[in-house]
Amino acid sequence: MTSTFLPGGRTGPDLAPPPPPASRGRGRRRRRTLNLLTAVGFQLPALVLFIGLVLLPMLFALYASFFRWGGFGMPSDLAGADNFTRLFQDPVFLGDLGRCLFLVVLSLALQLPFALAMAVLLNQRLRGRAVYRMLFFAPYVLSEAITGVLFSMVFAPGDGLADHVLGAVGLDGLGGEWFADPSTVMATLFLVMTWKYFGFHMMLYLAGLQSVPPELTEAALIDGAGPWQRFRNVTLPLLAPTLRISVFLSVIGSVQLFDLVWVVTQGGPDHHSETLAVTMFQYGFKRYQVGYASAISVVMFGICLVFSLAYQRFVLRRDLEGATTTMRGDGT
Amino acid sequence: MNTRRKTRNLPLHLVLVVVGALMAVPLLYAVLSGFKSTDQLSRNPIGLPAPWNPGNYTGILGSGDFWRLVGNSTLIAVATTVLVVVLSALAAFSFARFAFRGREVLFTVFTMGLMFPFAVAALPLFLLLRSLGLLDNPLGVVLPQAAFGLPMTIIILRGFFRQIPGELEEAATLDGCGPFGFFWRVLLPMARPALGTVSVLAVVTSWNNFFLPLLVFTDSTWWTLPIGVQQFQGQYAADYARVFAYLVLAMVPALAFYGVAERQLVGGLTAGATKG
Repeated sequence: MTSTFLPGGRTGPDLAPPPPPASRGRGRRRRRTLNLLTAVGFQLPALVLFIGLVLLPMLFALYASFFRWGGFGMPSDLAGADNFTRLFQDPVFLGDLGRCLFLVVLSLALQLPFALAMAVLLNQRLRGRAVYRMLFFAPYVLSEAITGVLFSMVFAPGDGLADHVLGAVGLDGLGGEWFADPSTVMATLFLVMTWKYFGFHMMLYLAGLQSVPPELTEAALIDGAGPWQRFRNVTLPLLAPTLRISVFLSVIGSVQLFDLVWVVTQGGPDHHSETLAVTMFQYGFKRYQVGYASAISVVMFGICLVFSLAYQRFVLRRDLEGATTTMRGDGT
Repeated sequence: MNTRRKTRNLPLHLVLVVVGALMAVPLLYAVLSGFKSTDQLSRNPIGLPAPWNPGNYTGILGSGDFWRLVGNSTLIAVATTVLVVVLSALAAFSFARFAFRGREVLFTVFTMGLMFPFAVAALPLFLLLRSLGLLDNPLGVVLPQAAFGLPMTIIILRGFFRQIPGELEEAATLDGCGPFGFFWRVLLPMARPALGTVSVLAVVTSWNNFFLPLLVFTDSTWWTLPIGVQQFQGQYAADYARVFAYLVLAMVPALAFYGVAERQLVGGLTAGATKG
């Protein structure tokens, strides 16, 4: 198999051996061009695919958002900023933004601290921790569609597992309509998201905790720091880079939430669990208002862009600097 | 000392048992419910099945439909993985071992892909695939999945390729290896662990993808497992027990894969997150 790639079998200008250094100036320039061609040659297939199927579609969404367009032929009925002004008067869209914020806030306030607590717990020498680690992470490898169907049945009003268990322990009052009730649908959704995703964040934190040198916590112990002080003043600051990444992933994940909602509620009841992506899907694929749906895509893109840039500018930059220096220091 | 530590750990164990139960019970509930008839399920929702009735499971396993979905999911996952790993390895090699003008700009373009959710591009991508005639065609899922997998894969592989000492490349060049020869015969064999990691990530991502197959496959011929599960629930809405059995069988491949490739999966996710 490898013999196909013997040096003799090489073809094409980008793979030719470096030219002999006959005349130094020209040779060097030629070699540099050759180097560039080789480098770009290796990039080319990936670049073509990435530009064609990731970058161009995103740019096209931006273009289409300025048209009234049903999705057939090329967009021609220019609408200016109409789609966007309409968006910001659309109660469903405004509700999407609120629900997105709701999920972000709950994730940061409850889900990630919970994941951190579990990581700290499982970082100790406890019996069976490998089993717990595996169990907590397992839902992350399941498809959102499968998770959604499972929990639509667990939380089936009246005869799902949740209501039966609550009834069995005498807490009937806590049970209810779950996904079918506008006032509880988002909270139930958040429960399912926590079930599915906290294990992923826990794994990130565990990886971060392993890299906290034990000498530091021991030194703090000798200095008389209690468990909380050791966590607060030694472990947590060293874990900060991991925490920031995990916050970033969690926020981006909440902004783009689609699969779970689509499978469980399709945005219902009466739009009360609709997300940006679901609204976009409804308009783009069900009602053929592609221009308007593209405007929603553009807003999602804008939220991600602004958040990413601001986050990198103000929060992540320090980490990247830190990372490069430690990498050189370790020699790894 | 030892017993004191044990009693001090007791509350911690209690917390773990409670959380563990919350995680495991929905899964166990699905497994057990699959062994009941729907009639039994409504009379006996949370107890053990009595009698155990494997008919739901055997019925699904005996039908060709389920296996066709498994086959489709497998084919699409393997094709996506091969494509994304080959293209990313070539690109990461170039990013890691060549110095050329514009390299960092190009790399930033790829990493920017990480920040943007697939949902943003879904609509125009669908229109593009439609005009290319790739709807109801596995390539319509494979190509975009590979494209969206490139950033993460390139970042992980670049990090790995960079760690391989430059002396090796010099030695290979002296032995008459061109850039591609070095890449193919020296770098790739050395990068086997990293290639394993990114492959596992690509397989799991593709296997679980729902949005893209939902858009591309209007016809049931190429449906993947996640689509099949959703459709099955719609079709047999009243027959709860059967839906549970179907769910459990649809979970098995992913969980089994996780059991086999846990280290690569977790390692890849943490590496990807911290390096991205």
